[in-house]
Amino acid sequence: MSQYDQKIHLWGRVSGILAIIAFASYPLLVSIYFNAWPYLGALGKGLLGVIPVFYTVGIIEAFTYAPMLGAGGSYLSFVTGNITNLKAPCAINAMKVAKVEPGTPEGEVISTIAIGISSIVTTVILFLGMLLLNTLAPILESPTLAPAFANILPALFGGLAVIFISRNWKIAVGPMVFMLILFIVMPSLADKVSLLVPVGAILAIVLSRFLYKKGKL
Amino acid sequence: MFSVNHPVLFGLAGVVILYVLGQSIFFTVKAYKRARELEMSKTLLRSIMRGAGVFSIAPAIAIIIGIITLSQFLGLPLPWLRLSVVGALTYELPAATSAATVLGISLTDALTDARSYSTIAWVMTLGSFSGIVIITFFLRKIEKGLLTIKSKDKKWGAIFMDSLFIGMVSAFLGMIFSKVTFGIQGWIPVFVMIFSSLLMLFFGFLVKKKNIVWLENYAMPFSMLGAMAFSIPLTAWIGG
Repeated sequence: MSQYDQKIHLWGRVSGILAIIAFASYPLLVSIYFNAWPYLGALGKGLLGVIPVFYTVGIIEAFTYAPMLGAGGSYLSFVTGNITNLKAPCAINAMKVAKVEPGTPEGEVISTIAIGISSIVTTVILFLGMLLLNTLAPILESPTLAPAFANILPALFGGLAVIFISRNWKIAVGPMVFMLILFIVMPSLADKVSLLVPVGAILAIVLSRFLYKKGKL
Repeated sequence: MFSVNHPVLFGLAGVVILYVLGQSIFFTVKAYKRARELEMSKTLLRSIMRGAGVFSIAPAIAIIIGIITLSQFLGLPLPWLRLSVVGALTYELPAATSAATVLGISLTDALTDARSYSTIAWVMTLGSFSGIVIITFFLRKIEKGLLTIKSKDKKWGAIFMDSLFIGMVSAFLGMIFSKVTFGIQGWIPVFVMIFSSLLMLFFGFLVKKKNIVWLENYAMPFSMLGAMAFSIPLTAWIGG
């Protein structure tokens, strides 16, 4: 492990712990400042409503995205959020453009730079968006633009699919057909797509292992 | 007197967001320096940074819509904080809704009760901690496991990584087809995806066959923006 790799883990841990404290400090300081402690019953029931799904998704995302994004990229993206719809595709695209592989020292730094810049740009845009909210809200919420924002994921994953299918069509066909059938038969799964990412990954790993052992890859 | 847009709330959210912004700058600078040590050219790195910036614009604007949605009953500071940092609308809206439902609060009017606000803020915060906690405390172990796979067989290590990516892409492609049985409107996301793929192929053609090299960095964001724009007349035509 290089000196940079060792340091990135140290920085990641320290900044991650500070981020956890910072995130918790918002509701804590709100409670103290306004003397408004949460209704415990409602807090418990509210958490029960989200934890079973969110914690499962969070754990799955950590194990699925960490190898793709590398150490620096993972520490950063799990603090800055919006991983599936922004940080992961951004890092994947950057590594492809730079012609570096994930998991290599070059892939690690390119992924971290892409996620870092993406976080900075997003933070600035959100800040400006908040300042100009009264002007922007009627435009962004207009029925004319609504389809564009409703279709951001298909627009994003259409391009990504070309990158991965063209490079690995033998591995991609099986999981894609499986997911197509699954979602068409059970449309309600669309809300739980994060839970199905590792299912697709395991399927792809099993299939590629089989093809690899047969000497077809 | 409590208000969901109290200046103190803006101050608290601003401090946390500034911390996260500082962390992003710190990691970017360190990675940039490391990239230079690895003899990656400044031109390439700047091009990657520009590409990442352009790539992030449309999704970031979509996040503003999320802030608008949540701000109707939570005010601006909390949605601004939650969507600037750890969260995404797909977590924050259900978390806020879950707590609000238990409290019997309407999601359309601004909250006036500080304790209800505090309860919702706690649920949103504690409900999304698992990913960051695992990465902060266990990433090193996850990475060691991955290194073992790679060191045993380098070629298989690369295929393993590609399989992870394909797992993610295939799940989302499947999701795009989830409404096709609902009628022609359900096909709109599929047509948008296909249009995005075609644009990507077209840009790939321009890069490789016409030697327009600069376009390579922007092929993904341009495909995404082009397909988003395409969805507007398409939806008007089909009737979404």
